Amino acid sequence: MTPLPRALTAICATTFLLIGIARADGSGDPTAVTSEDGKYLDKEGTPTYKVDPDGKVDFYTYVGFIRYSANCLRCHGPDGLGSTYGPALLNSLKTLSYGDVLMTVASGRQKVSASQDLVMPALGADKNVMCYIDAIYIYLRARSNGAIGRGRPENHEPKPAAFRAAEDECMG
Amino acid sequence: MKRMSLKGLLTIGTLLSSALMTPYAMAQGSSEGPRGVMHGFFDLFAPPAPAPGTVAQSNTAPGSGKEWTTPAGSLNNQRYSTLNQITNQNAKDLQVAWTFSTGVLRGHEGGPLVIGDVMYVHAPFPNTVFALDLNNDGKILWKYEPKQDPNVIPVMCCDTVNRGLAYGDGKIFLHQADTTLVALDAKTGKPVWSVKTDDPTKGATGTDAPLVVKDKVYVGVSGGEFGVHAWFAAFSTADGKEVWRAYSVGPDSDIKVDPQKTTALGKLIGADSSLKTWQGDQWKIGGGATWGWKSYDPRTNLIFYGSGNPSTWNPKQRPGDNKWSMTIFARDADTGVAKWVYQMTPHDEWDYDGVNEMVLIDQDVGGKPRHLLVHPDRNGFAYTLDRDTGELLVAEKFDPAVNWASKVDLDPNSPTYGRPQVLPQYSTEHNGEDVNSKNICPAALGSKDQQPSAFSPQTGLLYIPTNHVCMDYEPFRVSYTAGQPYVGATLSMYPPQGQSNMGNFIAWDATTGKIAWSLPEQFSVWSGALATAGDVVFYGTLEGYLKAVDAKTGKELYRFKTPSGIIGNVMTYEHAGRQYVAVLSGVGGWAGIGLAAGLTDPHAGLGAVGGYAALNDYTSLGGTLTVFALPHS
Repeated sequence: MTPLPRALTAICATTFLLIGIARADGSGDPTAVTSEDGKYLDKEGTPTYKVDPDGKVDFYTYVGFIRYSANCLRCHGPDGLGSTYGPALLNSLKTLSYGDVLMTVASGRQKVSASQDLVMPALGADKNVMCYIDAIYIYLRARSNGAIGRGRPENHEPKPAAFRAAEDECMG
Repeated sequence: MKRMSLKGLLTIGTLLSSALMTPYAMAQGSSEGPRGVMHGFFDLFAPPAPAPGTVAQSNTAPGSGKEWTTPAGSLNNQRYSTLNQITNQNAKDLQVAWTFSTGVLRGHEGGPLVIGDVMYVHAPFPNTVFALDLNNDGKILWKYEPKQDPNVIPVMCCDTVNRGLAYGDGKIFLHQADTTLVALDAKTGKPVWSVKTDDPTKGATGTDAPLVVKDKVYVGVSGGEFGVHAWFAAFSTADGKEVWRAYSVGPDSDIKVDPQKTTALGKLIGADSSLKTWQGDQWKIGGGATWGWKSYDPRTNLIFYGSGNPSTWNPKQRPGDNKWSMTIFARDADTGVAKWVYQMTPHDEWDYDGVNEMVLIDQDVGGKPRHLLVHPDRNGFAYTLDRDTGELLVAEKFDPAVNWASKVDLDPNSPTYGRPQVLPQYSTEHNGEDVNSKNICPAALGSKDQQPSAFSPQTGLLYIPTNHVCMDYEPFRVSYTAGQPYVGATLSMYPPQGQSNMGNFIAWDATTGKIAWSLPEQFSVWSGALATAGDVVFYGTLEGYLKAVDAKTGKELYRFKTPSGIIGNVMTYEHAGRQYVAVLSGVGGWAGIGLAAGLTDPHAGLGAVGGYAALNDYTSLGGTLTVFALPHS
């Protein structure tokens, strides 16, 4: 599959090669350096995951699994692994940046040819997706980097008060 | 990258999506009045409608013969053929006679029709239809390919499948993805008329195979995961005029019931039977989709079909029984008024749609001859009812793994008569929102899904393709936006504990509710079965095998690996004195989505990496028709 936008991806990929980051995805080094109300951020300020040595995940990763499975699995298969219908996001996130993901989810994309009709819907108006888009991104980022395995994370940090407030405001 | 607030993101998203969706909205707007009729030039040349009362195939007919003119071969949905050239003695010698590629990669459900010397083959989106000349090695007589807005694709839950065509009045009927019901001249493939049955921008899509009875064509709608207000409707085969439309949920006039005549389990349903079981206006986005198989009994002029899940999948958000979702409907074919209804899964908590096939068979129950309707449901119970009255005779589990309910209450004097006895530990309503209810069997795809069973009057057995998969199910709050998924639950699927086969192909005695024999399959059996007078039963597997088994014993007689996984339905026909068996392969559908990457057991611990077999390791995409026959002697 062709990542969006190509130029940005190419730049990112080249950067990674030059500076030789051991672990990286379309948004760079996923290592969490700061946290804000239970949400972790990498050094660029991009949302990221945090997984403890005992497998305990941050709350966003956990919610991301729940919301991915409810909203994305129907096409992209369980655990980001892809299906006969949609591509494996686990692979897509190796090249797509956070911004690419937001753009694609919100506005959709189409790849329609004589033999294939791949259409991603524009989900920008779907609160069930957009209110949780950071969580979904964080979950997929963790999957893409092999930080968590398949299935529901066994253990997670408690629900942050800020998450609850933002959820209520967003879902209405 | 600077972070944005959720609210900020939502606003940007809304702007982006509305900008991008404008062309589609405009295209839809131009056909305002989704039920407007569009007459074609070819109307002038359409043959006259047959006199009312003439039925191509009667329910009392033993089954399909040389032709295969309805989705199930006959109006009783038995998927039984009287052809007997291929038998349990010679099926081992079957060979591939010819093949045909549809040119489409998506999941291929349904199967072809054969009328006279012509075979009609359909494909998933873009819903291509081919007429193939059986007298000329399958030469393409005509091809129909509608122009449809690809924006309908993502509102099709679980792949862009289409379950097939119907024939009548010299026309081939197709319910397209974008809910256009089109009548094609069977000789030329030219559209005679077309009518828009619903609105895909609100999540309504067409995936079902229509059924023609007398001068009407019957269709239903998909979109239970989008909160559609689902319906079942009859259109005139002559000109596409809507004759009646009955919704699954809502006011009595909309759902076409007569409170003083329509019964449920022998009792009058009374006024507002549906409205009383919903909170406020929730019924307006209440689902109850009708994308399954329809059957018809000319003796009573009743048409039978089922309704699907109430929207959303989060039961806490829709208190009440949510009638008449998850319901078997018996409606007068001419007026649409329901004679009887039976709700199998009141207040669904697991997505156990009630749309599976209604097989009409005449057998003795308890020593008495009965006119039966047999329905193996998604919820794992196979129901045997008196199809004239709706009386419930048998309701038993057709997969021993089924655990969400202990039994269906069959005591007419009980206050819970006809209701499943739900176990609290598997009740996602009881356990509540944001709680993961574990080890529920079956999974949301059901002990079987739409893949239709077959019945042999010779053995008296129903042959059921089944799924053998369980799940964890966690419901949560969800908000409704028209045209966007309205799901509200997360689930993980895996085979029952201690087992690795995800499917079985079973022979079922509907009069007693017992399994006669069961063949384990590695994957869910997602192909429709065929039974023949040669005592052979055929079905396909997700790996791509077409299998022939002995109807009496289940002994495998023949297998052939087709180019892709089979989710299509096996059919048979005779041409120039030779019996053929045909099936579409082309993996996809819910099976392709759930099983492609393989399942894992979430409770197996960290050691069990990889879990169960992955469909990706066995098959790949692509639609092909494979036709089998015995060698020329």
